[in-house]
Amino acid sequence: MFGKKRVAVVGAGLTLFRRRMKETGKELSYEASKMALDAAGLELKDMQSVVMGTAPDAFDGVHMKGEYLADGAGAYRKPYTRVFVGGGTGVFTPLAGWWHVASGQFDSCLVVAEEKMSSCYPHPQYAFTTIFDPILERPIGMNLIWIFAIEMHRYMHKHGIKKEDIARVSVKNKGNALDHPCSQLGAKITVEDVLNSEIMAWPVQRLDVSPTSDGAGALVLVSEDVAKEITDDPVWIDGVGWCIDSTLWTNRDLYYPDYVECAARMAYKMAGVKNPPKEIDVAEPYDPFDYKELHHMEGLLLCKKGEAPKLTAEGVTQRDGDLPINPSGGLLGVGNPIAAAGLMKVCEIFWQLRGEAGKRQIPGDPRTGLAQAWGDLMQYGSVIVMRR
Amino acid sequence: MSLDKITDPLHIHHWLGDMEADYIYTLGIAGERFFKEIKENGKIMGAKCPRCNVVYVPPRMYCEKCFAKLGGWVDVGTKGVVHTFTVATVDVDGKKLPKPEIYALINFEGACGGLIHKIGETTPEKVKIGMKVEAVFKPSFERKASINDIKHFKPIE
Amino acid sequence: MSEKIKHYQGEALESADIKEGRVPTEKWRPKVKFAWSAGIAIGKFLEELKKGKIIASTCSKCGRIMVPPRIYCENCFKPTDGWKYAKDTGTINTYSVSYLAADASRLKEPIIVAIIDLDGASEGMGIIHRLGEVEKDEVKFGMKVKAVWKPREERVGAITDIKYFKPIKEETP
Repeated sequence: MFGKKRVAVVGAGLTLFRRRMKETGKELSYEASKMALDAAGLELKDMQSVVMGTAPDAFDGVHMKGEYLADGAGAYRKPYTRVFVGGGTGVFTPLAGWWHVASGQFDSCLVVAEEKMSSCYPHPQYAFTTIFDPILERPIGMNLIWIFAIEMHRYMHKHGIKKEDIARVSVKNKGNALDHPCSQLGAKITVEDVLNSEIMAWPVQRLDVSPTSDGAGALVLVSEDVAKEITDDPVWIDGVGWCIDSTLWTNRDLYYPDYVECAARMAYKMAGVKNPPKEIDVAEPYDPFDYKELHHMEGLLLCKKGEAPKLTAEGVTQRDGDLPINPSGGLLGVGNPIAAAGLMKVCEIFWQLRGEAGKRQIPGDPRTGLAQAWGDLMQYGSVIVMRR
Repeated sequence: MSLDKITDPLHIHHWLGDMEADYIYTLGIAGERFFKEIKENGKIMGAKCPRCNVVYVPPRMYCEKCFAKLGGWVDVGTKGVVHTFTVATVDVDGKKLPKPEIYALINFEGACGGLIHKIGETTPEKVKIGMKVEAVFKPSFERKASINDIKHFKPIE
Repeated sequence: MSEKIKHYQGEALESADIKEGRVPTEKWRPKVKFAWSAGIAIGKFLEELKKGKIIASTCSKCGRIMVPPRIYCENCFKPTDGWKYAKDTGTINTYSVSYLAADASRLKEPIIVAIIDLDGASEGMGIIHRLGEVEKDEVKFGMKVKAVWKPREERVGAITDIKYFKPIKEETP
C-alpha cells in the first residue's frame, strides 16, 4: 500500500449536465457537494479539507476561479487547494484529494469539480484558442477541433481504421446515456447517423463530438478508520497515476498516447494490477470524441494497439460484454463540463462497484473499476483504480 | 546581450495579441431573485440561516458556514451604514477621473456582509465610517435587474 | 447513482432565454492585451523566417535536431548546443479538412491544416501549418510538400511568413 492510510470514497454527488444552466458556478458546486455529503451521511463540519478541480478561468469568466468557487465547495475557512490540468482535472481532483488523506494529514476531504462553460460567448470553443502557442500556432487560425481531427486522422491512418469502426463508440455511449439521469445528449442513433452528420473538421463530424456543458460533481473521501465507522460499503482508492507530456505536440506521433500509458502503469503498479484486461471489471476512459475512447483503451493497456475498434465491433465493450467501457454514456452522452466530466466517471465507477447504478448497472459482481481523464494540449493522463 | 535592464516588453522580440472573449453571466438562482426584487419592488433582500442565526447580504442559496440550504428571505430595508470607503481618482484603465468617485462597503442592520456601491450627493470630505446612508434607485422603467439599478447611496441624518 | 437519489439539481436554460432577455444577465468583455516575449529560441526562429529560412536547435547528447527550436532539450534537460538549418520541404504526418474557423463559425471553403515533418530535422519533428494549391481529396499521408513564402518585403518575422505548404509535383519519368 502506498501512503500512510488507505482512502475510501463514501459518497458521491452530481448535478444535471446541460448546455447552459441558471445556477452560478458557486451554486453548481454547492448542489453537487451537498448531494455527496448527504449520500455519505455527513455534514460540512466533518470535512477537514477541500479540493476543487476546475479548468480554465476563461470558461466561467472569473479570474482565480478556484477562489471564487471555494465557498460553494464548502471550503469556508478550511484548508483548500485548487487543481487544474485541463480535461484531466476530473480524475486528477480525486487524486489530489487522495494525497490529502493518504498522507495522514487529514481524515477527510471533500472533492469537488465544477465547470460553467456557458458564460463564454460566442462559443466556449473560442476560449480554447488561447491554449495554442501565440506565436507559432494561433496566427494559423487554430480551432480546437483541428487538433482532435489531426490526432484522429493519424490514429485511423496508422491502424487502417475506418470511420464506421469509430462511429460505433458514439452509438454505444449515447445509447448508454439514455439511462443516466443527468445526461444532456442521451439518444438512440445509428452508425449512418454519425457518418451523415455535419463535417466539422474532417475526419471529425458533429456526432463524433461531445457537447459543451455546465455541471458539477463531488466525492467524499475519508480515511480507513473513519470509513469503518460510517459505512459497510466503502469503495477504496487503490491506485493513482498521472503523467504529462510536453506541449510540443507537433513533435510527437499522435497515434498513441504514451502519457496515458505512463499514468496507467503507475496506477496499476500501486493497485497490484498485473493483467489489466482480465482484472479490470469496468472502465470509464475519457471520451470527448468517439475515437478517444479507443485511443485511451489502448493507452490504458486494456487491449493491444489498434485492437480497440475490433473489441467495440464485437460487443465486448457493451454493458453486458466482457469489458464494459463507459457504461455511464461517457462524455459523448452525458455531457462535457470539462472538469466535472472526469469526476462524473469516477462517480460512475463508485456507483457501479456498489451496485447502485440502476439501469446502467453492469451484471456480475464488479470489484475493480478504473476511470481515466485526459487533457491540456494532447498531453495529460490521470488514472484512478478503485476496488470494493 | 544583456536583457536585465529592459522593462518595456515592446523593446524585445515579441508578438502582440489579445485574449478575446465575450461573457454573459447568469445571475444564479439566488442572484436572480435578489435583483428581481431590486428591479420590480425597489427592495434589498437578505437570506437567513436559521442554524447560524445569520442574515446574508447579498443573499445566497446556501450558508457557507454550515452548508444548509437557505429558504427564508428577509427585507433588510434600503438604509445602511458605511463600513469602510475609498475615494477613487483614476478609472479602471488608470486614466484620471473628471471628479473623484466615492466607493463604500455598506452594511445593513441585522445582516452579515453588505453591498459595494457608490456614495453620491456629497463630497469625499464629508464621508465618514459609520455614516448613515440610503439607497437611491433609478426610476423603475430604467431598471434592468442589475446592481446599477441602484444609482448610489446618499447620506441621511 | 443512485437508485437511492430521487432528484438531481440543475435549472437548464435555452439560448432564447438569454437572447430574448427572459433571464436577466450581466455582460462583460475583458480588455486584455499581451506582448508575448518570443524568447531566445523562437526569437531566432522568427528572425530566420524573415530571411526565408527554417532554423532548428540541436542536442548532441540525444542526437536530435529540433523544430520548433528550444534552448533546452526536454528529454535530457541539458541546454541545446547548436543551431542547424532545416529544409523548407517535408512530408505530411497528418492533416484535417476543416469547415470551422478559429471562432467556431462555419466556413464555406474548408481550410486544410497539417502537421508537416520537416526534412533536415529529426524524424517526427513537425510544425503545424496550412496546405494550399491542393484540393482536399488530393491530400495524402506521406505526401511531399514545400513551403510557399511571402515575398521578402512582406516578411516580418512570423510563422505566417510562410503562406502555406504546397505539394511537390513528382517529376514524370
